[in-house]
Amino acid sequence: MTNENRNHVLQCEIIETRLEMSLSDLCEVCTVTSERIVQLVDEGLVEPVGREPAEWRFSGQSVRRVVVAERLSRDLRLNAAGAALVLDLLDEVTQLRQRLIRLEEIDYE
Amino acid sequence: MEFKDYYKVMGVKRDATQDEIKRSYRKLARKYHPDVSKESDAEERFKEVGEAYAVLKDPEKRTAYDQLGADWKKGQDFKPPPNWDQGFEFHGGGAGGGGAEQFSDFFETLFGRGDFRGGFTRADHRQFTARGEDTFARIVVDLEDSYLGATRSITLKHTEMGDDGRPTVSNRTLNVKIPKGVRPGQHIRLAKQGSAGAGGGESGDLFLEIAFRPHPKFLVEGDDVYLNLRVAPWEAELGASVKTSTPTGDVDLTIPRHSKAGRKLRLKGRGLPGKEPGDFYAVLQIALPRAETDDQKAAYRQFASAFEFDPRTGEEG
Repeated sequence: MTNENRNHVLQCEIIETRLEMSLSDLCEVCTVTSERIVQLVDEGLVEPVGREPAEWRFSGQSVRRVVVAERLSRDLRLNAAGAALVLDLLDEVTQLRQRLIRLEEIDYE
Repeated sequence: MEFKDYYKVMGVKRDATQDEIKRSYRKLARKYHPDVSKESDAEERFKEVGEAYAVLKDPEKRTAYDQLGADWKKGQDFKPPPNWDQGFEFHGGGAGGGGAEQFSDFFETLFGRGDFRGGFTRADHRQFTARGEDTFARIVVDLEDSYLGATRSITLKHTEMGDDGRPTVSNRTLNVKIPKGVRPGQHIRLAKQGSAGAGGGESGDLFLEIAFRPHPKFLVEGDDVYLNLRVAPWEAELGASVKTSTPTGDVDLTIPRHSKAGRKLRLKGRGLPGKEPGDFYAVLQIALPRAETDDQKAAYRQFASAFEFDPRTGEEG
């Protein structure tokens, strides 16, 4: 690796705050087929704005939900509905854990 | 090379039925799945369980593994006996590439790499190479990096297929601009920094999942940032202006009169920055001074006599 490479700073974007993505953007980022996304939309796992698949606009948050859902389906043999439930529960657990950590930090001395 | 006790990994006896092995695998896969588990070694365990299952679920491989004998212990230095697998027919063969770098040397020596995986599921999520050659990794940044933006140098372990067809791990250092306002659990994308494309094709993208290093003072909850702020009883009751640290520097915070422990004082928009910035909260904690000297004890008694206060009856304050 040359010095030039070493000092080069890579620019990047936050996926989750990207305003919207089309169906094909989401497929590309998550490396899944559009048929699979349609299936996940049917289960309400991701909720695009727009009526037709061609008009669908997904939020950046959809990326994580799709990627994790794919891993859960593959590794734990969950169907789309089960994966959607796990994702919702995981979000809740994350929130509760953060709150618990904060409350446990309180020093009652 | 270390011997792997696949029965122990799977938590079953050596004479377990295939059904028992399957049930145990399902249970452990749920327990250690890296997306679900909070165990610190979940990823490692998940991988180990996957490897053990790849052997034990397959009667051919299980029988061959059993031939090694029951005397081996986990971690013991292991060399396979010559021709140990003679006479065993393996289906799916050791040929072909395809992600077998997930398995240990022990596994590879016994069963070769390649299509042995069968129904095995990819174990290492954080660093795997996906179909489209996008690469995922997790990086830890400081809370301040999200407030100010920062350039961080990160080192990634990068697996490549060597000339001899065996995967080799190399370290790769990248300077990455951490965007302002990034939250834990979010992903940043570095275009064209994933694995090189096959046959001169375009490189994939590199996705980094953001985690925050625990901060000694501040706690993050969603978009909001919390500080547990210790105040003296008189500051809480009479009101005060106290110097308070926030991630963007010290501020003078006004404690309103009659504040109780647990009261949240909000600084709007001073949480994690972004299009919809979070808020900063100082949560009051009343710290009691310790009475050591006679004067200090007298002060407490005088304090008590000035009030008709029973904290165990009626409404407080």
